Amino acid sequence: MAEPVLEIRNLEKSFGALKATDDVSLDLRSGEIHALIGPNGAGKSTLVQQIAGSLKPDSGTILFQGRDVSGLDMAARARLGMGRTFQISSLAGEFSALRNVMLAVQASAGSSFRFFRPVMRDASLIEPAREALSRVGLSDRASVPAAELSHGERRQLEIAIALAQGARAFLLDEPMAGMGPEGSQALTRFLDTLRAQAPVLLIEHDMDAVFALADRISVLVYGRIVATGTVEEIRNDPAVREAYLGEGA
Amino acid sequence: MNRETLVNALLILGLLAAPFAADAMGEPFYVTLATRIAILALAATGLNIALGLGGLVSFGHAAFFGIGGYAAGILATHAFNAEPLLFGLPGTNQMVSIWLAAVAAAGMAALLIGLISLRTSGVYFIMITLAFAQMIYYFAISWPAYGGEDGLSIYVRNAFPGTNTMRPMSFFLIAAGLLLAGLAFFALLRNSRFGAALQAGRQNEIRLAAVGIAPFRIRLVAFVLSAMMTGVAGALFADLNRFVSPSMLSWHMSGELIVLIILGGVGRLAGPLAGAIVYVLFEFALGGVTEHWQLFLGLVLLCVVLFARGGVVGLLAGRARHG
Repeated sequence: MAEPVLEIRNLEKSFGALKATDDVSLDLRSGEIHALIGPNGAGKSTLVQQIAGSLKPDSGTILFQGRDVSGLDMAARARLGMGRTFQISSLAGEFSALRNVMLAVQASAGSSFRFFRPVMRDASLIEPAREALSRVGLSDRASVPAAELSHGERRQLEIAIALAQGARAFLLDEPMAGMGPEGSQALTRFLDTLRAQAPVLLIEHDMDAVFALADRISVLVYGRIVATGTVEEIRNDPAVREAYLGEGA
Repeated sequence: MNRETLVNALLILGLLAAPFAADAMGEPFYVTLATRIAILALAATGLNIALGLGGLVSFGHAAFFGIGGYAAGILATHAFNAEPLLFGLPGTNQMVSIWLAAVAAAGMAALLIGLISLRTSGVYFIMITLAFAQMIYYFAISWPAYGGEDGLSIYVRNAFPGTNTMRPMSFFLIAAGLLLAGLAFFALLRNSRFGAALQAGRQNEIRLAAVGIAPFRIRLVAFVLSAMMTGVAGALFADLNRFVSPSMLSWHMSGELIVLIILGGVGRLAGPLAGAIVYVLFEFALGGVTEHWQLFLGLVLLCVVLFARGGVVGLLAGRARHG
């Protein structure tokens, strides 16, 4: 088996007496969608924030492509290829959808200290950005300011940004949240194709999507991973049924 | 041509045309007034890089304005007295050399101030930039070698090749030329990759970091560039008045620069120019009637903040578009 793209070892994070992350270890292998599920308040978003670098763990290590990234900030991890989407969309609201994606292209080219050439006439930024927008189906909304996009479109835009970053791993924090059934289905079909490009750590509440997509599932309860396995194993795990799916589910 | 381009062109043409009309009518005072507008607009255009594009509310830009002013005053004094300055280097009365010195000095100061203050944000950033500027202000007051509290006179306006800078029209054209260069620089910067990152950081710094661009470095460079432009304006301001005093470094000056931008339009290309026109004309028209003219300016500012957030440019040209 190849070395995992992302490997988390013994991560710990407490807020006062509350253990939000309790000795969490998990990995993300090339080509897979690894879903992270758990009831509200289980610490899923806290975990994503620590992986992405916006929250500092108390202890433990995070290896990304074999490299310890625990000491790096969010921007440095993003440059190494962590493509993250947010539970609540986080975009440059005044910029058009296209310019939001162009910013990611520019970041991945490492060329933000250029002071004179106008970006709106720079094909090396515009072309890859349009390509990413078209992959998520936002081509005809390219010139709309991000703040004026619908909720679902903003989620698609965040994924387009992660694509344009040339992400080596995707961290998607509840990409289906607040989307209608049709939007969820379309996004499920899209995410299905995404794993061929880079593995996906998918934090999601939508069980239909998780069971349809995941190669493996980890279940987080009160900050601890209580089980990791395939869809079948998780469905039949008594501890999981009790803790998460509820009795008789 | 869109409406903002038209508004910008009219403001610039207005500034350029007015002194020619005044000069033709033999009213050199109005030429000096237009020069004052151009210089304040240049200083505020510098601040507009940090404040307008980057969202960095620096309440200490008087430091860079004053440092530019003192660079001019100190170099000119040494040249006038034929005393060497440092390590045997002479002073100079050449404007171009003085501008370079002002840019270097303001840039260095901004690098040091920025390295510390940009680690904070919001109201802390405002306060820490204010604190640094006040430190420099009190330093200037207590530095007797260059006039201390009384300031420093420049006996003859510094020289520019091929022209007599004591002629008001000549000096106006120099100041206007630098303002146009400053505006061109601002426009290029705003549309560049650097400008995109800087503006994205103002809108959402988490987003900027999440794509892999560290906001701190972008902001530090922007802060330094911003200070450099304000520093050049300070050198011109010293030459305009042929006098430098610690008041150029005081927090009133920092506040005045922010007021110019808010009056004219935050982040807009011609915002600082529009603001400087309104401010200087207000000062001129009401300053003669009452010494409390700033009370009326305050009312105007209040109206802008409450009813016309985009300032003069926003009122005339509508909301900014980012493409």
